[in-house]
Amino acid sequence: MAGEAPESSTAYITHHLTHLTVGKGFWSFHVDTIFMSVLLGIVTLALFYSAARKATPGVPGKWQAFVEMLVDFIDNTVKEVFHLDRSFLAPMALTIFVWVFLMNAMDLLPLDLPGKVAGLFGIRYWRAVPTADVNTTFAMSLTVFVVVIFFAVKAKGAGGYMHELFTAPFGAHPLLWIPNFVLNVVELLSKPVSLAMRLFGNMYAGELVFMLIALLGASFFTFTVGSTVGMLGQVAMGAAWGIFHILIITLQAYIFMVLTVVYSAMATEHH
Amino acid sequence: MENLALIAQVQSYTAIALGLIIGLGAIGACIGIGIMGSKFLEAAARQPELIPTLQGRMFLLAGLIDAAFLIGVALAMFFAFANPLLARFG
Repeated sequence: MAGEAPESSTAYITHHLTHLTVGKGFWSFHVDTIFMSVLLGIVTLALFYSAARKATPGVPGKWQAFVEMLVDFIDNTVKEVFHLDRSFLAPMALTIFVWVFLMNAMDLLPLDLPGKVAGLFGIRYWRAVPTADVNTTFAMSLTVFVVVIFFAVKAKGAGGYMHELFTAPFGAHPLLWIPNFVLNVVELLSKPVSLAMRLFGNMYAGELVFMLIALLGASFFTFTVGSTVGMLGQVAMGAAWGIFHILIITLQAYIFMVLTVVYSAMATEHH
Repeated sequence: MENLALIAQVQSYTAIALGLIIGLGAIGACIGIGIMGSKFLEAAARQPELIPTLQGRMFLLAGLIDAAFLIGVALAMFFAFANPLLARFG
């Protein structure tokens, strides 16, 4: 946004929806998404590392108490549904929850701020919310998909898992193998798709509503009655939507985490 | 000029489609949340000691019910601002 005025509101929105892309076609990389998600991953690790370094068995400080609350909460959530060894799943759930929450929280930054900061470095486009990019959400949900299959194979054995793919839920008769398999594949594939699209849809729609609200106050400097009303309206609606969005980002991070745990637990059952 | 008429046609049908996507999705989501909320209130009235547990589950369900609707909104917004159907006209 480095000092150029967009020629129309549509141009403003399409500018804000464009990723900083390197490469073409299949090999295009969204550099802004990659940078933000790696940065926030490092922030997540740094936060927990600092809590672990300063942990005392005596009276805990505020940060340690908060981290302990968070870890307990995740541990209880995993313990309730998953009955095998949760030394892999619980930390993964914690990582997913905190990382997705931080990535979603980038949506609460003022809309033009990342653009202005990027403009200082001469970068034309910068989208600050990694989870509003389909690539991020699908990357995470496909990883979760692989982990779920891994748990299923670990709990039932590779042969047992194949057997279940072809004989559940209708029965073991050879005529039923095809319907069983089709149903199981649909169920299996719907999980990562719905997981990714749910997070993406929520974040993309949230970002877009922020952009539309920002357009309301865009004409303020013409100083007419209408534009002043527009500016007040922008502040009011922006505040309301921002507060609602705080709930949404927490909820979506929680849902992603809970569904990961529940899918893993479901994969290890069926005995 | 023929091109302009075709572009206008694509855009007008897209606009109607966006209204349908968002409207029908909103109907489904709102009715779903309404039913779930009413069941929650009934259960809370019967057993007030379960309110914290049920409330957590309720928020989880609200997020799941809203999912398809918000995916529809995201797709509708995508068509509103970067309509791929117009790419045919360059």
